[in-house]
Amino acid sequence: MSGAKLDRREVVRALLERRGDLLVVAGLGSSAWDCTAAGDHPLTFPLWGAMGSACTIGLGLALAQPRRRVLVVTGDGEMLMGLGSLATVAAQRPGNLAIVVLDNERYGETGMQRTHTAYGTDLAAVALACGFGKAEIVRGTAQLAGVRSGIHRGKGPLFYQVKIGSDPVPLVLPPRDGALLKHRFRAALLGSKAAEA
Amino acid sequence: MRRKTGTSPGTAADWPGAIHRALKSHRVSQVSYVPDAGHKRLIELCHADKSMKTVPLTTEEEGIGLAAGAWLGGERAALLMQSSGVGNCGNALTLASNCGFPLLMIVTMRGEWGEFNPWQIPMGQATPDALRLGGVRTLRLARAEDALETTVAAAKLAFEGYGAVAVLIAQRLIGTKSFGETP
Repeated sequence: MSGAKLDRREVVRALLERRGDLLVVAGLGSSAWDCTAAGDHPLTFPLWGAMGSACTIGLGLALAQPRRRVLVVTGDGEMLMGLGSLATVAAQRPGNLAIVVLDNERYGETGMQRTHTAYGTDLAAVALACGFGKAEIVRGTAQLAGVRSGIHRGKGPLFYQVKIGSDPVPLVLPPRDGALLKHRFRAALLGSKAAEA
Repeated sequence: MRRKTGTSPGTAADWPGAIHRALKSHRVSQVSYVPDAGHKRLIELCHADKSMKTVPLTTEEEGIGLAAGAWLGGERAALLMQSSGVGNCGNALTLASNCGFPLLMIVTMRGEWGEFNPWQIPMGQATPDALRLGGVRTLRLARAEDALETTVAAAKLAFEGYGAVAVLIAQRLIGTKSFGETP
């Protein structure tokens, strides 16, 4: 069954190749490993905790950097824990923010328990109901070019729920030191101003 | 005897105005909140301020993520809430502890001074300890005339000390909510 579904690593690699000056927030667990597998990057902020916070971190970043494109890549479990943040994002209408949820309908780090999307929760419909201008379910590689285009040029906030398989993939871990991750992101984005408060 | 003076602009008792000025003077440009009656005027001041992006939240921990994202992007944020929301913040505080993201929380207290609603008391009483356990330093604001200084001190601790700081605004200062009962 899962062979017919999109491969998470291929999806994230396709979305992050030739990323330009894209700013990325990666939700904890497999989504962060996927982003790292696509290439560890100072302008990717991978989370190791604070489950449910990926979207609001992306929102704060998008509001602070309105001229840059911001992408949140997270999983269905992480998104479900911060479901209210979709309403918070939609209320701000950040034109430069896109959210990609890699939905394998499982909590991948804790034993592959089924998430609520496996029981029928439709995250894209939730995003639309919260006020997102666009929310799509992505099931095939043919749609990925459109997702890329949305991430780089679309009018946000945009929401893509990408249905992926649940086959195991190798661990590819980003640095774990939160202070390092913060500093390198700010240094890459803000240059010499990163040292200022 | 000093009467409850309310929060009309331009008076010494306009502590929300003083907090707003302190936030501006420390270049806070993102303000998020879960509303509280005690924060009504400050929220209105922030919404009316074009230099601030004012973000209503569905739950308080969203504001911790927002503040982290703001800092990644080179901006400063503040988070307004009632003490009942402090308990919602627990796990998200790892962003402050692990990454050293500045966090400035302005918390109106319930459950500590003439509280009429017993359901507010457990979290209100636990708030200072809960924040301390979560690694958040607390500064207490008990007198309207201290609002500017206390908020400035908290902003310095947060943004120049790279720490998590909460200003706890005494329920006695705000005025006890009574739902029309005579106090």
